[in-house]
Amino acid sequence: MESFREISETFSQWTIPAALLLIVLVAAWRRRPMYEEFVTGAKEGFNVAVMIIPYLVAILFVIKVFLASGMFDDVKWGARFVARTAGVSEDFVEGLDLLPLALTRPLTGSGARGVLVQVYDEHGTDSFIGQTATLMMGSTETTFYILSVYFGAVQIKRFRHTLPACLIADICGLIAAVAIGCMLFGGS
Amino acid sequence: MLNRIWFWLLVIGVGYGLAKGTAQSVFGPASEWGWVQAAGLDDPPAGDPPLDAEALAAQQLPVNDSPLAPLQDAGKELTEAALEGATVSVEICLGLIGVMALWLGMLAVARDAGMVDGLAWLLRPVMRWLFPDVPDGHPAQGSILMNMSANMLGLDNAATPFGLQAMRDLQTLNPHKETATNAMATFLAINTSSVTLIPSTIIALRVTQGSENPASPLFGMLLATIASTIVAIFTVRFLSRLPQFAAPPADEPAGDDSAEGDASQAASNEGEDA
Repeated sequence: MESFREISETFSQWTIPAALLLIVLVAAWRRRPMYEEFVTGAKEGFNVAVMIIPYLVAILFVIKVFLASGMFDDVKWGARFVARTAGVSEDFVEGLDLLPLALTRPLTGSGARGVLVQVYDEHGTDSFIGQTATLMMGSTETTFYILSVYFGAVQIKRFRHTLPACLIADICGLIAAVAIGCMLFGGS
Repeated sequence: MLNRIWFWLLVIGVGYGLAKGTAQSVFGPASEWGWVQAAGLDDPPAGDPPLDAEALAAQQLPVNDSPLAPLQDAGKELTEAALEGATVSVEICLGLIGVMALWLGMLAVARDAGMVDGLAWLLRPVMRWLFPDVPDGHPAQGSILMNMSANMLGLDNAATPFGLQAMRDLQTLNPHKETATNAMATFLAINTSSVTLIPSTIIALRVTQGSENPASPLFGMLLATIASTIVAIFTVRFLSRLPQFAAPPADEPAGDDSAEGDASQAASNEGEDA
């Protein structure tokens, strides 16, 4: 596992330089005017980045306000309270620490990372809870952020079925993460 | 749909903060409530514990002993959060400018050299099945593939520029410029659930958190993301056929001017309520 980790680490560090080199080599082989092409493409990048600002402000400030109300912390506390009162097993009560992560993940990436670090601190990175939290973090995306940025770049205002589809996929990703976490890391 | 979610996020956020602040002003800090203490949980009730007078004196901050202090703090936090959200989003976009320029520049070079089309040609059976509305050889195919590969390799910085370019390419096929097409919905559903081969950001985070085996969730993550991607593809197919998500009929002129756009937006909102 250790050598595998090293190989994958090395590989991921070299993906970008290798891709850049490959593109330039092929372009040189085809004798294309790559400098001009690069500048043309880069100009578009600038426009897109500026154009998404209003869409991003609209979604991020609302999410920040929602998180600042402290509701998720209270939900977690309340869930623990209910679970203890109902007398379910202590393992399950511990598992409820994953709840804020599941709720924050579609809303904000940095917020979810904060929650993940908190879970690591409390339970350890290699514990069952820590591993499952990692899986949950990795198998879902910041759906609201991505949708507002991507649709903002083309100024689309009606998303139709995109949001429900993405959220259903997120929920399935979370369920799969917990199930796989139980299979691979449970019982230790 | 987004209108309503936006509205409720804001209302619930402000409303909950107001209610919690008011309750703490009237009944004292939550950690001193009888039933909270009776609940007997070892972790402190949610929220930061109020700084005691000594800690405040140590930081040379004035002690706010007014009974309305919790309410004031709640309001202050919400204000700060709103302003911070606005600042952060502009910072994100400014930081994105350089990365966007770099990757879209390289994408232009690669496309000019025929590499992107080559990739699209290799994978055209998959693309045809996933995006039946995108004709063969359309630039959207190339940028979608670039985005997917960047996502799989965990290159978040490169994935966003390719993804935004893909949206712009897909928009050229869109008859109604303010409404998402099926291809866009499919693309975003796959994007948000994307299969992960190398989750580099998460591995880096685990290393900094002192994990002994930082790459251990790699295999599980691959399984979980494959499952969620399959679900995403079928869900988006299924939902696109439901009448409440139907695209406006193709012969209707695209709602480009604002008055018409508003009218059809109102119509679609009514459709949602039904």
